[in-house]
Amino acid sequence: MKRVDLTSVREVVDSRRDLPWARGDAWLAGGTFLFAEPQPGLVRLRDLTAMGRQPLTVTEQGLSVAATCTIAELLAFAEDGPGAWPRARETIAQCCRAFSSSPKVWSTATVGGNICLALPAAPMISLAVAFDAVLELRSLDGDGRVVPAAEFVTGAGRTVLRPGEVLRSLVLPSSVLGLRSGMRRAALRPQGRSAAVVTGIHDPVTQRLTIGITAAVSRPVTVSFPSVPSADRMRRSVLHALPMHLIVDDVHGLPAWRRHLAVHLAEEVRQHLMAQE
Amino acid sequence: MAFLTRINGRDSHEPPAPGQCLRTYLRQQGWFGVKKGCDTGDCGACTVHVDGVPVHSCLYPAHRAHGRTVTTVEGLATDGQLQPVQRAFLNAHAFQCGYCTPGFVMTAAALTPTQLRALPESLKGNLCRCTGYRVIEEAVRDAHRPQAAATGAASRDEDASADAAVVCGIAPFTLDTPAPTGMLHIRLVRSPHRHARITAIDTEAAQAMPGVHAVLTHQDAPAVRFSTALQERTSDNPADTRLLDDVVRHVGQRVAVVVADSPAAAEDACRRVRVTYDVLPAVTDPDQALRAGATRVHPSGNLAHRLHTVVGDIELGLAQADAVHTQTYKTHRVQHTALECHATRAWRDEDGRLHVHTTTQSPHLTRRHLCAVFGLQPHQVQVTAARLGGAFGGKQEMLTEDIAVLAVLRTGRPVQLEYTRTEELTATTTRHPFHVTVTAGARRDGTLTALKVRVVADTGAYGNHGPAVLQVACAEALSLYRCANITVDGYSVYTHNVPSGAFRGYGIGQMAFAVESALDELAHTLALDPLTLREHAYLRPGETSPLADGDQPAPTADTGLTDVLRTLRTVRDRRPPPSSAAVDARCLIGQGLAVTAQSTHPSDGHITQVIAQLRPDGDYDLITGPPEFGTRATDLLRHTAATALATSPGHIHFRCADTDLLDHDTGGFASTGATLGTQAVQRACRQLREQLLALAADRTGADAAACRLEGDVVHCGDRRLPLNELHATARHEGEPLRAIGRAEPCTGPSPLAVNAHWFRIAVHPETGALTILDSVHVADAGTVLNEASCNGQIHGAIAQGIGTTLWENLSTEPDGRITTQDLRSYTIPQLADIPDTEIHFCRPTTPDRGPKPLGEGPFNPIAPALANALRDATGIRFTTLPLRADMVWAALHQHRGGQL
Repeated sequence: MKRVDLTSVREVVDSRRDLPWARGDAWLAGGTFLFAEPQPGLVRLRDLTAMGRQPLTVTEQGLSVAATCTIAELLAFAEDGPGAWPRARETIAQCCRAFSSSPKVWSTATVGGNICLALPAAPMISLAVAFDAVLELRSLDGDGRVVPAAEFVTGAGRTVLRPGEVLRSLVLPSSVLGLRSGMRRAALRPQGRSAAVVTGIHDPVTQRLTIGITAAVSRPVTVSFPSVPSADRMRRSVLHALPMHLIVDDVHGLPAWRRHLAVHLAEEVRQHLMAQE
Repeated sequence: MAFLTRINGRDSHEPPAPGQCLRTYLRQQGWFGVKKGCDTGDCGACTVHVDGVPVHSCLYPAHRAHGRTVTTVEGLATDGQLQPVQRAFLNAHAFQCGYCTPGFVMTAAALTPTQLRALPESLKGNLCRCTGYRVIEEAVRDAHRPQAAATGAASRDEDASADAAVVCGIAPFTLDTPAPTGMLHIRLVRSPHRHARITAIDTEAAQAMPGVHAVLTHQDAPAVRFSTALQERTSDNPADTRLLDDVVRHVGQRVAVVVADSPAAAEDACRRVRVTYDVLPAVTDPDQALRAGATRVHPSGNLAHRLHTVVGDIELGLAQADAVHTQTYKTHRVQHTALECHATRAWRDEDGRLHVHTTTQSPHLTRRHLCAVFGLQPHQVQVTAARLGGAFGGKQEMLTEDIAVLAVLRTGRPVQLEYTRTEELTATTTRHPFHVTVTAGARRDGTLTALKVRVVADTGAYGNHGPAVLQVACAEALSLYRCANITVDGYSVYTHNVPSGAFRGYGIGQMAFAVESALDELAHTLALDPLTLREHAYLRPGETSPLADGDQPAPTADTGLTDVLRTLRTVRDRRPPPSSAAVDARCLIGQGLAVTAQSTHPSDGHITQVIAQLRPDGDYDLITGPPEFGTRATDLLRHTAATALATSPGHIHFRCADTDLLDHDTGGFASTGATLGTQAVQRACRQLREQLLALAADRTGADAAACRLEGDVVHCGDRRLPLNELHATARHEGEPLRAIGRAEPCTGPSPLAVNAHWFRIAVHPETGALTILDSVHVADAGTVLNEASCNGQIHGAIAQGIGTTLWENLSTEPDGRITTQDLRSYTIPQLADIPDTEIHFCRPTTPDRGPKPLGEGPFNPIAPALANALRDATGIRFTTLPLRADMVWAALHQHRGGQL
């Protein structure tokens, strides 16, 4: 049952404080998830937003997005043209707008928070997977490691994060940001929670096409083609990559419909990418 | 580091609790304009600005407000000047109940020009259940026009000031006043089982928790059984509910009550109440519950009510038909989802008198119920209601008041019980799900020859409103059909589901979904325009329905029904077809209509009472029973009184919803505010006027016939007697100038009130998404006293109709647990979901002149009209609601030979 306040919480601490990870600890980013759901047993919030990290940095390697960057900041960057990677920016903006929550939530919700929740319909996972982002993780004792976005989420609500480990940032490589990209989504209602999201990246030089499927599945699925496939081949490959046990079954859409949507949207993305030529 | 935040220009140093959200912190600081709607960041009623940025304060960690500036709706107006958005909402009357208004105003006030161009997206975090959004959208756009700030000076009229209080967030709803000193909070332990006998409850550990004052169980509760339904005739409902029972009959039934210093302490203690259940077999399917040998929900069996009506000879009628359609239609479980949750405060004064301030559509019937349950006399209890944040029938029940009173009686302290959104969705009441099997026969021209209906209504674990809903569905809902041979079998069935209750439409919408779908099928079979078929299938002016309405005579059609059909045809035929640019070429296009009727007068024994009295200052008090909840009945009644007393509405002071002011009144439902309310006001005011004139004549020696009331004086020939002097005279003589007006439904045949809706839709074959291209509503509302407010009622009803038809669904697991526990899983329409509707009124010539009910009627034709449009677009008859995109796709897929 939804509780109004997180009444079990006894303390909020700055995340930079050197404290061992304890039972009942949780990282607090924007708070838009923690404060919306029951959080039994939560005792201490380790507030990440006090770190004051630069939300977005453009480097030669690509776009570095701090985990604490808000959705609103990322959207503003994507829409603040003209600049590098115009097509990618369009796809980034589409992903930001794929939230079923309101723009008021986007002002405080963070990119990292959304990814770490690992919900099937998390738009920032769609984004990270589409652009082949590299996720930088850091443990409490300062050890870092990097994980490809497609491997970060292991199931609905499950990630490779270890206790006390935190997502620091993600880097969208410029080698992918420069390619052709596209995104399509569908939901029970136009502004509702995504039932299926399909992203696509097409390299006009190598002809490689990579399709990312999220929201319809409990963890992200990617399908890669050495060249742009036919509609029929696309359909068969997507269906093959989506066994029914991977398909989400909840009040936001029937599984068979979600699987069909993934196929349908993949075809729309394919056509969109071909039209960019 | 000391905590400091600046709220509306004032510093606040009180530190929030570590896990506290900003919403509760702000309300704790007395900023009651910050409303609670969902506590999940979905409804936007709690929107405030933090450093100028709008946020959902329920999701905002309060400790982050440190060092920041917070603005709530109370702080938006500057130097007494309304902010342009507030001004625009006020001028456009862009609200009904007004509970969502502070959040809308705060969101709209912070829109950027880019966001203004994309309102469906920018306002998706604000939900309104009343208006249907059109008027809100207009107000938001108006406010951002360059000249906006200059327009529309506020009227000095009292209703304008009440409206101004709404847009400023200072109109008090039930909990928007400081808590009484020493107030305790109540939380409930609820059943995890559908059906079980409680064999033991161990409250010791809970009692021992800090801050806990009482833990109450069935052993502490009165043994008396009652119905939670608030209806004039108590006997209309089975007395099957106990305040706390030793048998639970649905998941979520209240089992124990914890009273503690804070909601958190009470909730912690709830988890320590150990309940031992003897789990019993359960039945959640109403058809199974009807079978012989089914598990019994109550000792008396599973039949809450049964009806059997025969008119003519159904077999003969079927033999006369050129086309016959038989089908079973099913409606689903949906919830009112008023933005304001149920809440009650109760306390005892020094004299031991009980005061109950609560979210109810009927203070007087609540008092009657409380007296019956606790063995009290009416003078020992005062029940009051503030402005209600939406109701839709959900507050025509006693759900929280009895618990609060029990807690007061046991602790002697003031108490408060406020439901969470999850409790609203899982443990209050819902609309009755219906299974309706229809067999309808028609001649080639559309004349109905036979109508056979079997209804199984799922009343859930308790029978509140069950019999009356069945009665309305089986008589009133069918009263527009012109058919010589009708058989109706109705069953209101107990199951181990969450109780059903009163819901907008009261059974008519469910029945209309079945029968109006069946008529549409007959039209397809007979190759008739569905509108032509209806011209033959419905009553003609002056004809009376063959079905009596309970113990009332059968309703009669005036010219309204035929006028509505004629208008609908004209408007439909002149709407241009959709342009190819506007619709995806792959989409399937279709159109459909439906018509529904209800009696102008309720058949529930409704009694409306009004007091009109002269005040010392020469103005008038007008006292009514029900609270205001957005129907603008208050305005209507004040204007009616002003006309009757030859004065302006500014001199009429409205007081309502207080059992100490009136001895009885049934309450605010079945649109009686407009119908019976205006009659009662006219009667009271006419009597008062006669008293005034008689006294004035007596004082001046003039002939009463020569006296005339005008404004604040009585003219007697050439003498002027100011009303304040008359008041002083009357008081001196010990005869207050005061009159009671009473209105009850007339005993003769009631005219029908009719609503018709026509949709044109597009269906995407790959996604199943249904887009409304055209929407036309025609209402026979009798005398339209205020077109803007009638339009508002219609837009709002259509929006609720669209949500409950297309996707809303209180999803229930086989184990009886409702899984849609918040507003992100039980989603209600946003601005983006609601198309504009062209609305027309018919003004029939009827002997019973006056307004017809409009609060519920426009909701009823929406589901069948959409289903009929979907049938036209896809060739598939959808017999089960909702018509959700995934289900539409699945049906299309199977229709095309695909497998699921």
